[in-house]
Amino acid sequence: MTQLDNGLGDEVLRRKAIEAASTVVDPEIPVLTIADLGVLRDVTVQGGHVRVDITPTYSGCPAMNMIAVEIDLALSRAGIEDKEVRTVLAPAWTTDWMTEEGRRKLREYGVAPPQPGTGRRALFGQDVVACPQCGSTQTHQLAEFGSTSCKALWRCESCREPFDYFKCH
Amino acid sequence: MTTTSIRVVETPLVLYALRRADDALVLGHRLSEWCGHAPALEEDMALANIGLDLLGQARSLYSYAAEMEAAGHTEDDFAFHRDAPQYRNLLLAELPNGDFARTILRQFFYAAFADLYWRAMMASPDPTLAAIAAKSEKETAYHLRHSAEWVIRLGDGTEESHRRAADAVAYLWPYTGEMFEADAAERALVDAGTVLDPAGFRDAWDKTVSDILAEATLEKPAAGWMQQGGRSGRHSEHLGHLLAVMQSVPRAIPGATW
Repeated sequence: MTQLDNGLGDEVLRRKAIEAASTVVDPEIPVLTIADLGVLRDVTVQGGHVRVDITPTYSGCPAMNMIAVEIDLALSRAGIEDKEVRTVLAPAWTTDWMTEEGRRKLREYGVAPPQPGTGRRALFGQDVVACPQCGSTQTHQLAEFGSTSCKALWRCESCREPFDYFKCH
Repeated sequence: MTTTSIRVVETPLVLYALRRADDALVLGHRLSEWCGHAPALEEDMALANIGLDLLGQARSLYSYAAEMEAAGHTEDDFAFHRDAPQYRNLLLAELPNGDFARTILRQFFYAAFADLYWRAMMASPDPTLAAIAAKSEKETAYHLRHSAEWVIRLGDGTEESHRRAADAVAYLWPYTGEMFEADAAERALVDAGTVLDPAGFRDAWDKTVSDILAEATLEKPAAGWMQQGGRSGRHSEHLGHLLAVMQSVPRAIPGATW
């Protein structure tokens, strides 16, 4: 075996690992994959050893343990046994990392996606959140803390439906 | 009689991390006590969510302390296998919940400090502390907004809510000074540029608190004598009771998993 062979093997393995890890979904919002969310940060392979880096959304997000287990299982199903899942804190996750595809899927699922821009203005500015059911912007916040750490509870004045809003972070 | 308590080698950095972790864990645990008892469902969820954020912050800080101590301890050892005199949290964090007004004012006084402190600590040259600060800062910003809105609503609300909020301010005020204390161990880290001196945030904290209390029509107490001791393990009688509940299972069955 030459060095070059090892390098090529690692690259093939890396792609396979990314493909497998990217299928894992958020257990709280099962329409979003961890790639859509931006929770999947990096996949590296060295000498056949696969390392997947994930970053928590909120410090206390209870879904992180389950996501790590799911990644481990997904890699096993893809035939990858030499592996580890690592939680990294830096750089800190932000809702800006959520993909466009992810935002679209959230809306279709009935959750208003986070506004782009996560500076303190986005956190504390006047939020205009469109209802994911009817698109109306005549909405108001019922509770700042919702069913999970990442969501707030809102209601639409037009269709009268309550909905979750994925908070800016 | 055997003990399951651990002995911690408290280097300045380990001590620093444990102090902040203990603040977050103890305050987070207090908030979890509201679960199922808050005055409205929305508040029940809010207090539980805030408690969960604090628990997450505590875990990151304990993991960092474990790494720095390098004595084989884990985050669970720090949380469950230290006795009250080994805890390094602010006295403010361990005070009983009291009524809703007292819980909210306690949260407000702490969040108004933590928000400023973590935002500034994002620039720490220690990459782990900077990363923990970056996560905590955003969470704490929400905690501050939530508690500040409630302080205004309670203070500028009914006669009853005003009275309770004013009582809470008077009760808690002597415990706010400890947030700005730094001992010799911490000052060494400040001098090395690793962490920030909490005293440097007093004026900004004072302004936030003055503004919100004024809007709430609540009187801000004059600067006076302040309680201290939590940072060096001299606690109120309340912490032991909290730990007895929180630690009962890991103490009775060390190493239990499920």
